[in-house]
Amino acid sequence: MAEAHNLQDLQHQAAVASKVYVQRDYNSGTICRFQTKFPSELEARVDRQQFEETMQTLNNLYAEAEKIGGKSYLEGCLACMTAYTIFLCMETHYEKVLKKIARFIKEQNEKIYAPLGLLLTDPIERGLRVVSFTVPEAHTNKGCFPNATIIPLYVPWALVKSSAL
Amino acid sequence: MHLGLDEPVRECQYNPICTRNSSSMETSGHKKKRTPRRKWQIFPGRNRFYCNGRVMMARQTGVFYLTLILIMVTSGLFFAFDCPFLASNLTPAIPVIGGVLFVFVLGMLFRASFSDPGVLPRATPDEAADLERQIDASNGPSGPGYRPPPRIREVVINGQTVKLKYCFTCKIFRPPRASHCSLCDNCVERFDHHCPWVGNCVGKRNYRFFYLFILSLSFLTVFIFAFVITHDPTGQASSAHSKTALPDILSLGESVLVCFFSVWSIMGLSGFHTYLISSNQTTNEDIKGSWSTKRAKDNYNPYSYGNILTNCCAALCGPLPPSLIDRRGFIQPDTPQPVSHSNGSCMYNSTQLQSHMCDQEHCIQSTKFVLQAAATPLLHSDPVMMGGEGPTLPGKSSLGGPCASLTPSQPSLPSSMPGLGCAGDMLTLRDPDTHCHHHHFVSPEETPSPGPMPLTLPCPAHMTHGGHMNPAQLYDPASQDSLHEDSVRGLVKLSSV
Repeated sequence: MAEAHNLQDLQHQAAVASKVYVQRDYNSGTICRFQTKFPSELEARVDRQQFEETMQTLNNLYAEAEKIGGKSYLEGCLACMTAYTIFLCMETHYEKVLKKIARFIKEQNEKIYAPLGLLLTDPIERGLRVVSFTVPEAHTNKGCFPNATIIPLYVPWALVKSSAL
Repeated sequence: MHLGLDEPVRECQYNPICTRNSSSMETSGHKKKRTPRRKWQIFPGRNRFYCNGRVMMARQTGVFYLTLILIMVTSGLFFAFDCPFLASNLTPAIPVIGGVLFVFVLGMLFRASFSDPGVLPRATPDEAADLERQIDASNGPSGPGYRPPPRIREVVINGQTVKLKYCFTCKIFRPPRASHCSLCDNCVERFDHHCPWVGNCVGKRNYRFFYLFILSLSFLTVFIFAFVITHDPTGQASSAHSKTALPDILSLGESVLVCFFSVWSIMGLSGFHTYLISSNQTTNEDIKGSWSTKRAKDNYNPYSYGNILTNCCAALCGPLPPSLIDRRGFIQPDTPQPVSHSNGSCMYNSTQLQSHMCDQEHCIQSTKFVLQAAATPLLHSDPVMMGGEGPTLPGKSSLGGPCASLTPSQPSLPSSMPGLGCAGDMLTLRDPDTHCHHHHFVSPEETPSPGPMPLTLPCPAHMTHGGHMNPAQLYDPASQDSLHEDSVRGLVKLSSV
């Protein structure tokens, strides 16, 4: 049915347009880094510079977590010597930075994104795969049912009509 | 008609902060009498969890127990039969060093076996849909019967072009150096190999433990072998006519046999992994010859730091990344979870589906309720039948839609409990095999269309990938009220057109 296919497309759009995903950037290797390219879905919602600043800070924080230097070597050697039992008592450097990232994201949400109606999710909740911005539907009248869900109502109406014949 | 729908509508209205107070509708409906479930209980991979999610291993652990027995028996015999002689005749430091080595070996073995190797969690349905959209956009429309090209993205890392493959099971583009372990059915970061001796995959998070295990084990076997040879009980036994002659000989025999073979195999393996660490390669890459100059003249390893010492330090002393799968976390009602039917975890799906509500999915489900409510009086079908589907075609085709969206595509695995994989369809499923086959049929690898396509009335559940929660809602009396309200609202909208 033609109406069925339209319905699918619209619902598909309705479903996936509600979240904007920023994928990982692997151009620097396997380190955790997210793309700083501004997604088109957020054009009307958030300032480009603000977005890039947020992403850059996030990338810097993850780089700090994964930094290989004197401090990480010391921690690694100490852990090895204690057969890694030391991590029962203390947190790893990575975990400390992850907490810092969580605080940063909370602060960003409170100060910048919540007033714009967006929600930035912590990538660790998505397995460090994506940073997601949850975007409210753009075309709703009452804020709940987007246009796409109004149109599907024609379909059962068509069924009603056809079965009545 | 009563249009007092503002409250439900407001609840449903998107509010980025309202995830905190979102679940009043569903928690009032689903009285949680059962204990909250942890994420390991619905983990989609083929792993085993012990100690309430603290321990994670592969499914086949028989060889791991063999490893453990071999180490403990050999060391036990050494400590029992050889150490008293060596301690008294040579130095007591020998049993002490042996003891320290033994404890270290076991510690590293347990750490390598029981920890998460670096499993990448599967994509949530929303993410998978977003990726599919991006792939469609880049590939363009495809006709029926056309098999899309393999999904590959290319990145340039340190001047080398690396191909990132799309994993159909996990629905993600695998990061560089990650690979999908077919035994554990997980994508693992920096995948080295699946080690049956250790009973787990060896990946980013447990590679150093695995390396230290084989290194310390080779020291231990050499240590035991050397001192067992040094202490020759046969001479003692024959001269002293000791009653312990036979056990001593057996102990010697066993120790020599195990140690001899272990020395060559374990030492060889340690040497191989030392080479891999110093060149910053994984076993997987080495076997495939990914960075070999035989492939291309200008082929080089883009991950290497340039010198052996830095490579070794990075592999062994680098920061330890956290587990991404959060196996002991509680399942949050507002967090979308990838659903799987494998590993017998499907029995928890109904709980998961009931508890995984998200505001936007409320809206989508409300839409579905409208469809169903509008169609119900026409067809006089059981509301359960319409869980996630249009009512027109019961049977294979209607079951395929939500089912395909519910479960990750695993065409190579016969689904043992396919019915439970789609909670809402549990009651409608008459033929699990049919469902399984149909699911197989609509897996993304096998159909030209990018995602599973229901053949009947389009199913919001399918397209949104969140609607798998919907069928569970049908059993909830509280949601029936909202269904009626929503259907009324929908009909009012229709009449106003």
